[in-house]
Amino acid sequence: MMLIPCPHCGPRNETEFAYGGQAHVSYPEDPHALDDAAWARHLFYRENPKGLFAERWVHSAGCRRWFNAVRNTITYEVQSVEPIGPRPPGGRPAESTTSEGGHA
Amino acid sequence: MAVPPPEHPEFLWRNPEPKSSYDVVIVGGGGHGLTTAYYLAAHHGITNVAVVERGWLAGGNMARNTAIIRSNYLWDESAAIYEQSLKLWEQLPEELDYDFLFSQRGVLNLAHTLGDVRESRRRVEANRLNGVDAEWLTPEEVEEVCPIINTGDDIRYPIMGATYQPRAGIAKHDHVAWALARRCDELGVDLIQNCEVTGFVKDGERVVGVETTQGRIHAGKVGLAAAGHSSQVAEMAGVQLPIQSHPLQALVSELFEPVHPTVVMSNHVHVYVSQAHKGELVLGAGIDQYVGYGQRGGFHVIEDQMAAAVELFPMFGRAHVLRTWGGVVDTTLDASPIISKTPVDQLYVNCGWGTGGFKGTPASGMTFAHTIAHDEPHPLNVPFSLERFETGFLIDEHGAAGVAH
Ligand SMILES: Cc1cc2nc3c(=O)[nH]c(=O)nc-3n(C[C@H](O)[C@H](O)[C@H](O)COP(=O)(O)OP(=O)(O)OC[C@H]3O[C@@H](n4cnc5c(N)ncnc54)[C@H](O)[C@@H]3O)c2cc1C
Ligand SMILES: [Zn+2]
Repeated sequence: MMLIPCPHCGPRNETEFAYGGQAHVSYPEDPHALDDAAWARHLFYRENPKGLFAERWVHSAGCRRWFNAVRNTITYEVQSVEPIGPRPPGGRPAESTTSEGGHA
Repeated sequence: MAVPPPEHPEFLWRNPEPKSSYDVVIVGGGGHGLTTAYYLAAHHGITNVAVVERGWLAGGNMARNTAIIRSNYLWDESAAIYEQSLKLWEQLPEELDYDFLFSQRGVLNLAHTLGDVRESRRRVEANRLNGVDAEWLTPEEVEEVCPIINTGDDIRYPIMGATYQPRAGIAKHDHVAWALARRCDELGVDLIQNCEVTGFVKDGERVVGVETTQGRIHAGKVGLAAAGHSSQVAEMAGVQLPIQSHPLQALVSELFEPVHPTVVMSNHVHVYVSQAHKGELVLGAGIDQYVGYGQRGGFHVIEDQMAAAVELFPMFGRAHVLRTWGGVVDTTLDASPIISKTPVDQLYVNCGWGTGGFKGTPASGMTFAHTIAHDEPHPLNVPFSLERFETGFLIDEHGAAGVAH
């Protein structure tokens, strides 16, 4: 069982959370411009890294808010969390805020 | 049941040094890599083949699965390939001259809600139209097949009936790998362990070899069968795959006298149980929700599946968990595999079997070998191409593949 530090509530058991997959996959700006291959990318292709992964979680049995986390997919250690926002947490995972820093 | 497994000789295959070049290199020495090499050599006359494996043969999901074999999938495309696989399972022990304890003891897929009942009955009808043996059983009939199951209505989710596939069953997965490895070796295939693929050699848009921890190996064609690590391997060749890798766990109890005559699966309460030949109860459930490569998952998943098992089988209440373990399964969004050519010439991919690829091992190898040998798919794997994610012809098997198996 992972201990996940919700940025709003602090560390809680994994069972309180639901997983949302890769973070910062935004809806295409101009959907009409996409061909079938581009739609396939948008709908079905997600990063699947072995190592650090910027992903979304929702604290469904707590504050019920979505947030972003950077987690190591080998050790399952959560490296950092931050409230949902425009900044892609995956941009530079190693330097993003630590879990303590994210508790604000 | 309770039959001792057959003795096997000390060595079943050579451990050769890799040659500098092969007609075909298969990446991944699990069940799918081994069957692919077997069908290439035995059915297509292509024997200059190497299977390169990062660890040891069958050290991945092949010897971590719960060994359930069945073909009662919903859609025509799936029924066709899984039923072909079941037919191959029925002939492989003789073909490979190896008794790997394939036991057709049947599978019950339980229904606990009206929705389950409707979906299950629909699946039975679909199965029958596709020549898959399937029946709908009432709770009384369920009890006849499996007397130890609780069909009472005093539980949270009483059993409202079940689908039954009598030809389904289990096999001893490590022995299946050994049977295949021995025959591949006899046919001239080089099985190369401790040999990780670290890159690809390309000539323009065409793959011509692999870089490995044992040096460069030239290849006419390369087939990927790396299961949970398919994304990583394909990415080194510049190919993206619509795969998410998740932990999937299973567990066994201590050994008991034979008490459980069949395989029982429940999507709704999320557990499945069989009893292995040696006597241990084998239990599994669903994937852990997150992407993970740790070959381990959360204990709460195991607690939940135990709770479900004990409610369905009250007599298991005093059994003990002996061992738990996990594998890394390669899931797709439609819960169906990918057996396909790729955008890179002479590079082929076989992945996405997720939680249920053991049963598919023979047909996976058969169709993948055909795809590699002819540079075009076998009729059975045409629908399972990478293009389906673009055309929208998805093969949604979440119902039939709902509980991991
Ligand atoms: C707990 C659990 C229970 C399951 N239960 C069932 C079940 O009851 N019924 C069922 O049908 N299916 C089941 N499955 C699924 C089934 O095990 C898999 O779908 C199937 O084994 C995958 O194919 P494989 O045997 O070739 O995979 P693997 O045995 O995982 O083979 C892939 C191989 O590729 C190797 N590899 C990876 N990267 C590299 C590299 N860079 N270079 C060289 N080699 C590499 C790996 O080391 C590995 O040995 C279960 C899986 C798990 C984990
Ligand atoms: Zn919270």
